[in-house]
Amino acid sequence: MSDKTMNLTLKIWRQKDAKSAGKLESYPISGISEHMSFLEMMDVFNEQQISAGNEPVAFDHDCREGICGSCSLQINGEAHGPDRRVTTCQLHMRMFKDGDTITIEPFRATAFPVIKDLVVDRTSFDRIQHAGGFVSVNTSGNTQDANSLPVPKVDADNAFDAATCIGCGACVASCKNASAMLFVSAKVSQFALLPQGKVEAKDRVLNMVNQMDLEGFGNCTNTGACEVECPKGISLDNIARMNREYMKAAIKKD
Amino acid sequence: MKTSIARKILMALSGFFLMFFLLQHVTINSLSLCSEDTFNSVSHFFGYNPIIQYILQPVLIFGFLFHLIMGMYLEYQNNKARNKKYAKHNSAASSNWMSRNMIITGIMILLFLGLHFYDFWVQEMNYKYVEALPENPTRYYHELQLKFVDVWRVAIYVVSFIFLSLHLMHGFQSAFQSVGFRHNKYTPLLKKLGTAYAILVPLMFIIIAVYHHISVSH
Repeated sequence: MSDKTMNLTLKIWRQKDAKSAGKLESYPISGISEHMSFLEMMDVFNEQQISAGNEPVAFDHDCREGICGSCSLQINGEAHGPDRRVTTCQLHMRMFKDGDTITIEPFRATAFPVIKDLVVDRTSFDRIQHAGGFVSVNTSGNTQDANSLPVPKVDADNAFDAATCIGCGACVASCKNASAMLFVSAKVSQFALLPQGKVEAKDRVLNMVNQMDLEGFGNCTNTGACEVECPKGISLDNIARMNREYMKAAIKKD
Repeated sequence: MKTSIARKILMALSGFFLMFFLLQHVTINSLSLCSEDTFNSVSHFFGYNPIIQYILQPVLIFGFLFHLIMGMYLEYQNNKARNKKYAKHNSAASSNWMSRNMIITGIMILLFLGLHFYDFWVQEMNYKYVEALPENPTRYYHELQLKFVDVWRVAIYVVSFIFLSLHLMHGFQSAFQSVGFRHNKYTPLLKKLGTAYAILVPLMFIIIAVYHHISVSH
């Protein structure tokens, strides 16, 4: 295994707090191994900043194995960077070349306000989930056998695919309209496809879409950027399904 | 109209309506390539049939204005949804130019329609209602040809139809997605059909404009 290192220029968005105006600042960094993940590179960068007595850059991270949805970052103009089907923690430095300048910005959306540097507030997603992204069944103590309700394999697979959405917000960050349709449609679909979810399907889609609009996300114009940049490969099929679910619910509304 | 999805569905429905209108418009115009008499009689029928004049024409104007105003409103909302723009946004990595610039191609079509309305609709209204001239079922072909004498007008028409083509390249398949029609088997076919529609309809309009320019100048 070769062990190439590279020297880079990082242009990082620095913002003291939510109220301050931020700006991009340039920093040179050297000796970065191509085997590092992007976040490991950021760790090295922050250690250097701390040693030099500077304020480290704030960025979100947690599991570092691509399943928690915490890490974000718009890297060279793409959510989670230039690789496909990966989160920032899974992005490797070998995707870049020695001498590159890498622009690192927070996910930008009015509904994702910047808290500090590269950290954004994504609780708007939580509020959308609270509006209907659940099934109201008591599961404590009287859980039924899962096989008591037969589910077609295709539906189960599609529901599972939708449920792999980690709620990272890359869809919003990538969309030119900062639309949250891919996220919301995945959360609607994972229930709409299953018998347990059908009971509350009508209220769910209406309430979640309503909350999505209240949060100030943009309108979907079917550019498809969300699907391409989604680290979990959530399909536009889900958006079409949500549009159908919405139409059904709106027509039947009391 | 209250939610983003309702607006998007209405945008698609008005788009379907306008695409259907374009199809009948191009069909009638194409008659001018085959037969002067047929073109004149069909144009006369469309110009004086009361159902077309007093019901379908206002519906068309409403459908067009709705699509236009809703498009502008959605663009305004979408801009508001990202109050701070990216310093660097590589949107070309994940979407095509047509899908991102519907507002630009739409505005170019709107500007063209200003000229197009002045060229045909205003003159037609003037003929029928202002000057109240008598019906003349043979005037249309000649009027059409006169419009395309000026090479600059032909050039503006050709460029505008290219913008129309770019608008339709995204609009056709996008409208189906908006109303929830998406299917593993049929969507790829539908996208091909959309591309064919987006190329053939504007191309036919271009051929008609250029044909009359050449035929009238010789």
